[in-house]
Amino acid sequence: MADSTTSRVSFTLDSSLDSVNKVEQTAEQCAARAGFDEDTIPHIGMAVREAAVNAVLHGNAYDSNKHITASFETTIDALTIRITDQGPGLDPDSIPDPLAPENILRGSGRGIFLIRAFMDEVHFRQLHPGTELTLIKHRTPAQPGT
Amino acid sequence: MSMKVQTRQVDGITILDLSGRITLGEGSVTIRDAVRDVLAKGSNKILLNLGDINYIDSSGIGELVSAFTTVKNSGGELKLLNLTKKVHDLLQITKLYTVFDVKDDEASAISSFTK
Repeated sequence: MADSTTSRVSFTLDSSLDSVNKVEQTAEQCAARAGFDEDTIPHIGMAVREAAVNAVLHGNAYDSNKHITASFETTIDALTIRITDQGPGLDPDSIPDPLAPENILRGSGRGIFLIRAFMDEVHFRQLHPGTELTLIKHRTPAQPGT
Repeated sequence: MSMKVQTRQVDGITILDLSGRITLGEGSVTIRDAVRDVLAKGSNKILLNLGDINYIDSSGIGELVSAFTTVKNSGGELKLLNLTKKVHDLLQITKLYTVFDVKDDEASAISSFTK
């Protein structure tokens, strides 16, 4: 069976805001190369940024002994980004709905919501310890790029 | 690019002209400190000019909400001016657009504050 992967890049990074910025920039570069339009590219970048922030802040709690990984895979069908941390794990069902009236004025809790808003598929996997977040944006058949 | 704040007064309203990115870390802290400084100086009518904000993440959105509630709880008013399309769309998606009082003209924004 032919390998449909057209490009793949991955990093292991410190639990820092510099890492968040690097992951976001890489996501936007991959999205641009994959041929996503100018409105979609920053949406992908923001979703990936939010995932990286979750990994660094809520997962690893800026622990210098812990790392995050980020991989970016572009195939003919989709751009897939995987972010992992080494934290205590995240139960997505436990996250309050930020659109609920009782939560609308909360100062946090919108990251996962934005990830889901901007990506086509979002999957959580518990790593014991840690969490892997997989974000997928499908490419349209006529979409140019590698 | 980090966030910058310039403060000016018009007819008793404090206008904070923000530029750059409001994100986790520096941008969010900058806006929090700026609003806190305005309140500490005795003003509680604040207009946040976001016309030169080119990026905001969920932490930045949360900081705007926190600023809004802080000012409201002090008996004041905080309004938003000149949203870019990106920020406008984010506030729509998060259903915060109707929570904030959003203006697109400075003069009418100034006159809309309670005297």
